[in-house]
Amino acid sequence: MATSDLAEPTRRDFLYIATGAVGAVGVAAAVWPFINQMNPDASALALSTVEVDIGSIAPGASIKVMWRGKPVFIRNRTPEEIQSAAGVPVAELPDPDARNANHPGADASDANRAAAGKENWLIMVGVCTHLGCIPLGEQGEFGGWFCPCHGSVYDTAGRIRRGPAPENMHVPVYSFLTDTRIRIG
Amino acid sequence: MAGHSTFEPQNPVIRWIDSRLPIFGLVHSSFIVFPNPRNLNYWWTFGGILAFMLVAQIVTGVVLVMHYTPHTSLAFNSVEHIMRDVNYGWMIRYLHANGASMFFIAVYVHIFRGLYYGSYKAPREVLWILGMIIYLLMMATGFMGYVLPWGQMSFWGATVITSLFSAIPLVGEPVTTWLWGGFAVDNPTLNRFFSLHYLLPFMIAGVVVLHVWALHVPGSNNPTGVSVKAKQDTLPFHPYFTVKDALGLVLFLMFYMWFVFYLPNYLGHPDNYTPADPLVTPAHIVPEWYYLPFYAILRSIPSKLGGVIAMFGAIGVLFLVPWLDTSKVRSAAYRPLYRQFFWILVLVSIGLGYLGSRPAEGGYVIASRILTLYYFAHFLVILPLLGLFERPKPQPASITEAVLGKGGAPVTAGAPAAPQTKG
Repeated sequence: MATSDLAEPTRRDFLYIATGAVGAVGVAAAVWPFINQMNPDASALALSTVEVDIGSIAPGASIKVMWRGKPVFIRNRTPEEIQSAAGVPVAELPDPDARNANHPGADASDANRAAAGKENWLIMVGVCTHLGCIPLGEQGEFGGWFCPCHGSVYDTAGRIRRGPAPENMHVPVYSFLTDTRIRIG
Repeated sequence: MAGHSTFEPQNPVIRWIDSRLPIFGLVHSSFIVFPNPRNLNYWWTFGGILAFMLVAQIVTGVVLVMHYTPHTSLAFNSVEHIMRDVNYGWMIRYLHANGASMFFIAVYVHIFRGLYYGSYKAPREVLWILGMIIYLLMMATGFMGYVLPWGQMSFWGATVITSLFSAIPLVGEPVTTWLWGGFAVDNPTLNRFFSLHYLLPFMIAGVVVLHVWALHVPGSNNPTGVSVKAKQDTLPFHPYFTVKDALGLVLFLMFYMWFVFYLPNYLGHPDNYTPADPLVTPAHIVPEWYYLPFYAILRSIPSKLGGVIAMFGAIGVLFLVPWLDTSKVRSAAYRPLYRQFFWILVLVSIGLGYLGSRPAEGGYVIASRILTLYYFAHFLVILPLLGLFERPKPQPASITEAVLGKGGAPVTAGAPAAPQTKG
């Protein structure tokens, strides 16, 4: 068929292309399950919310809880910590985005990072935005978090201030069920 | 391995690589221009189908391992996790479980094809033995795979089959303990079976390479059994046999998918959806269908050691077929008596399979003994004697003559369209 000079394709050309096309669609349909099987399965998706009692966390204390296999830091901040974070102009921050899933696109002011109306509560995924290590709490020159892997320094609002990490630590979707109970996810 | 033409790639990159590592030339000579007898029928497509099934089992198996846990307390639930939670896990597991059965269906067709057309005769004895080694590895792999879901049939099948080795005189007991890694089938057994179940398919793939290599030295046998004598007896592998194999594969896949999507548990056993319980044996223990003929032979001998010897002997005798068959004529098409005995052997094998699925009592045992005796007589008595007493029919002078009739050989060299009408 390749040697044909005719402008019109032959019936055999049509059959050849049609067969190949059906075969390609069939192969793609057969391959998809083998790719999709590596995505989170139903049991992983079923873990996407956790409820936490935060009533026993004193000011200046924090806890870590597991959510989707990652640590979530829940910190009851002291007034000094809030004050030091709120005093920083957003323009001076390496990452001006709040990275708060509850306020998409908001700027990285301390109010946008903390829980709405409950500024003492800072709830964020405790994973360094550089390469995924878990930062150490109440360390570093800003009194916030310090990542021992590559030296990223976060402030008391969990915002990146210095080091290789590109973003503030992420705030997950959460809501207060009562004053002392939250649901993450 | 000489093809119809030598390989001269046009693409400079391919030419550069091929002059350093002639892999493109190897593929070209083995699967593009390789000369196949022009009269191969659809029974010859099962070689390609088997190659596909090996790849399909490895791919689905590697995926299942991503979600399976080889531990006695977790294995059963991890299989249920695959069935319920993992995206398309139900499909991939059913592809793998039914794929094992399809693999055996194809290999049985392939083996009986070889027996019918005398594909084991000189110069293809090593090819045949390599095939038998693949078959043995397949049986070991299939058995260990069936243990992994850790259901009742898994556990008790593993117990029964590993206990076969306790029949060995003197060292039977320590050998069985060694296989188990304990004093019964338990977690160490499951772990080593999992490891070996992952390893053996790659060993099969290695022997398949040798099998194809040994095939490509004399080339394929064909329905007449007459050796290729001239170039017009053959056609290039591509496109004639790639397309023929592809059609055979598509039809086979339809059969396979019919089981996967409509009868996924038909070939399995419901007892294997009960978690393994080392304290209770199910009322009726049967192996997977593909072992049933050998299981019937095992049970037909009223002696522990004798039964085990007969069962392994039933496979062992297949290795000796090239020397047990004394006839010089390959194809059963020209062996009027052998052809009848061949079909009796097929029926006896199916009959043994049926008897293996029945309880070992009464008339079933008597029938098993008769068929077992016949099975061995076929190979050890009938095959050697037939070669001496059978009067074969006249064979065609060449493959081309068999296809086109006497004097019908094409005068022009460029007549490759003729076999298309032959199908």
